[in-house]
Amino acid sequence: MSELLDIAERVLNSAKGAEQVEVYLARGVDTDVQAYQGEIEELSSASSSGIGVRVLRDGVSGAQVGTAWAGSLDESAIEDVLREARDNARFATEDEFVALARPDGVAPAALELSDDGVTSTALDEKIAMAIELERLVRAGDARIRQVDSANYSDYVAEAAIVSTTGIRATYARSGAYVSVEAIASDESGDRTGWGLSFGRAPSALDIHAAASDAIMRATRMLGAVKPPSLKCTGVFDPRTAATLLAIIGGSLSGEEVVRGRSFFANRLGEVVASPLFTLLDDPTDARHFGASVFDGEGLACRRNVMIEKGRLKAFVYDTVSARRAGTVSTGSAVRAGIAGSPSAGCRALALAPGEIDQAGILVSVGNGIFVDSIVGVHSGVNPVSGDFSVGVTGLMIRDGQLCEPVREITIASTLQRMLLDIVHVGSDVEWLPGSAAGQTLAIEGLAVSGA
Amino acid sequence: MPNTLVEAEVLQRVLDEALSRGGEFAEVFVEDRTTSSAMLDQRRVEELSSGRDRGAGIRVVVGETTGFAHTADLSQRGLLAAAQAAAAVAREGGGGVREIALGPLLDHPSHAVMLPGDVDKAKKIELLLHADDVARSEGSSITQVQVGFGDSSRRFVVANSDGVFASDHQVRTRFNISCIATGDTGMQTGYRPIAGTRGFELLTPEAVGDAARRAARQAITKLDARPAPSGDLPVVLAGGSGGILFHEACGHGLEADAVLKQASVYAGKVGQQVASPLVTLVDDGTVLGEWGYLAVDDEGRPGTRNVLIENGILTDYMWDLLRARKQGRTSSGNGRRQSYQHLPMVRMTNTYLLEGDADADEIVAQTPRGVYVAQLGGGQVNTATGDFVFGMTAAFMIENGQITAPLRDCNLIGNGPEVLARVDAVAGDFSMTPGTCGKNGQSVPVGTGQATMRLSAVTIGGTAS
Repeated sequence: MSELLDIAERVLNSAKGAEQVEVYLARGVDTDVQAYQGEIEELSSASSSGIGVRVLRDGVSGAQVGTAWAGSLDESAIEDVLREARDNARFATEDEFVALARPDGVAPAALELSDDGVTSTALDEKIAMAIELERLVRAGDARIRQVDSANYSDYVAEAAIVSTTGIRATYARSGAYVSVEAIASDESGDRTGWGLSFGRAPSALDIHAAASDAIMRATRMLGAVKPPSLKCTGVFDPRTAATLLAIIGGSLSGEEVVRGRSFFANRLGEVVASPLFTLLDDPTDARHFGASVFDGEGLACRRNVMIEKGRLKAFVYDTVSARRAGTVSTGSAVRAGIAGSPSAGCRALALAPGEIDQAGILVSVGNGIFVDSIVGVHSGVNPVSGDFSVGVTGLMIRDGQLCEPVREITIASTLQRMLLDIVHVGSDVEWLPGSAAGQTLAIEGLAVSGA
Repeated sequence: MPNTLVEAEVLQRVLDEALSRGGEFAEVFVEDRTTSSAMLDQRRVEELSSGRDRGAGIRVVVGETTGFAHTADLSQRGLLAAAQAAAAVAREGGGGVREIALGPLLDHPSHAVMLPGDVDKAKKIELLLHADDVARSEGSSITQVQVGFGDSSRRFVVANSDGVFASDHQVRTRFNISCIATGDTGMQTGYRPIAGTRGFELLTPEAVGDAARRAARQAITKLDARPAPSGDLPVVLAGGSGGILFHEACGHGLEADAVLKQASVYAGKVGQQVASPLVTLVDDGTVLGEWGYLAVDDEGRPGTRNVLIENGILTDYMWDLLRARKQGRTSSGNGRRQSYQHLPMVRMTNTYLLEGDADADEIVAQTPRGVYVAQLGGGQVNTATGDFVFGMTAAFMIENGQITAPLRDCNLIGNGPEVLARVDAVAGDFSMTPGTCGKNGQSVPVGTGQATMRLSAVTIGGTAS
């Protein structure tokens, strides 16, 4: 860790004159194992490192920013990156809102997100987990015809962010996952289901749960038919609910809002959702996959409540989008690796839990459709207009029970309408990889397109 | 100038090391990529960025197992260390010495006229501003314009224990414009990309202006959009709008990795009728300048034109080296990887449906009620079941054989084999569209193409009855 800081400090020391420089350094080791038919199909181990630099130069009417990156921490690569970022800055528009983050006095949360278990666990053990996971799925149900892939992956990563504006943050994290996709078959055809387990270390993984989840999800879809079109209540499984939350979270990015690309723009203080709906982004809760001590600009992550009992309270901001909106960063800068600039986004979304669990919600809803999987989110959801249309597989709900499986249908509404039409938020919280945890959600008035 | 990035003798030594503990096959892939991008948002030049990524990926195949390691250290020491890591899967040992004789380097220089490094950054920005001007001139309802530019110069050399020794220099350039129009009904979006395996010459002011105009008009038109219908309707796909549908609906299912694992609905169906007789589907890495063009694939195999479905009959799958070896055949030039940090797998290149002899206007005129799709967005498929979805980002109702009201964005959903059987008319106005294909976490540039065509019924996921 101190080595990364040393490199970063050296780069900062070569800043010239009045220019401001931010250096982001990252380094990691990844292991991936894929099992197939009782053997290792692929085994990959790799270490990688990289640097991303932003250079700001002050002009008459604001700062110009240029960025550059390299997938290496070589001395010469670092020099090239700094020179390129400097050159790129010359061509940027002077912008009064462009600035690097400055320390804001918010104390970083004390989170331990790195577990030695990833490094100390022998490779053979990791391989054995992938192979056993595949075996469990194949042996678990006679209707499982194939396991497309059973995977074990882990990583350890560290990063440092330092800047001439006084930022100095370092962090380390680790993660381990298993995932498996099962294909179940009967005379009606093939259906798929996947299961997963994740944690900070291999010891946290539950391969039995992952296997039985994959089996259950694949087999319960056997015999799925395309139902006639109807309008009904949809009950979203925690996994699909998490997908919805991630979409909503994307539109709560202050950057999208300030650019006018969110259907939440100009609605602060208004009722935008059912009173049952309280949405927060809390990377300081270590149970979240996206938990983090620092954000992508090196400011402390913090708990942000965005929608409270249906009322829109706040957006999440990084430094530049906050300045544009006339406010301050909420410690919500995210960055996609070493390439590119930080932007504002959510990392750890969850809903305030409701009173009843999934079984209770099904009984209360009575009849409708249970949404087991969603596809086509990227193509079918327009975050600007709020239009929502996705492909779905699931099960019909009749008299409060999960009944026959259905497929090849879409559900459609608008995000605005769906938020207001939420009739239940589950008490069940499922921690999932991605930027959102999941809870069962019931939304009425969905248009289901089928045969 | 052939650029081997690493000396041939070093590559040979690395392959020797990779097989020193056993194994049937070893490969070293060395890559050097520079990229640049620029973004214009609301006439502000934001985010000029440059990147450089360089390294090597080494794989060793032992029985059914592939070991893989990658490194950014291209010194002999770094490469040998990666070779040892990749060879760790060869547990039995006993490999011994194997003579690997690399053939002469098959070098493929880029066809690009204006290489990315030779183009002044100011010229790129000028082009972005031009696009912005054109888009805004389409109407005052255009309230936001975002224009992006990117180019990449990717050199790689690949050598393997079969003696393959090839290099390619792939230069790619892309441009995209997004417009938002604001009206009484809210905001609507329009989008248009241009992309090719070419240099800066791809982006003439005319081409860029045309894309800007189309994106702006698309957004403005959609301000009058009404909710899309819900349920099964005939769908007419405009030429060039919907090749992605065939990429998703059947292309992925024809990739040999899915087929060999019996995880494709097309497994075991070679020689069988899998589509309407009007369907001839081709994957073709040789279409010069297209986004999915490649001189050689990422395993050193020359790009190839492969007929996958001919007049509705399944003729072959797409193959990479590993899957082909298992079947004792040759690769079809479809082994691709996102970067040296990734293992190659079976991927499409430019996938298109051959044109037919119907007339595009006639197809619309002969459709009493349906949906006309001018542009499809992204999509997704489950290869095991064939079920897919697609976003329609520019679509219209067809009523009484006429294109009428624009429709709000929504998905259409279907099943690959079913939709292929429902192709009932194909016209002769073929064109291609660039796209990015994601599979198992890796993205590669692909082209898709088709002429105006009709599907007799597809489920439209709208809200109107």
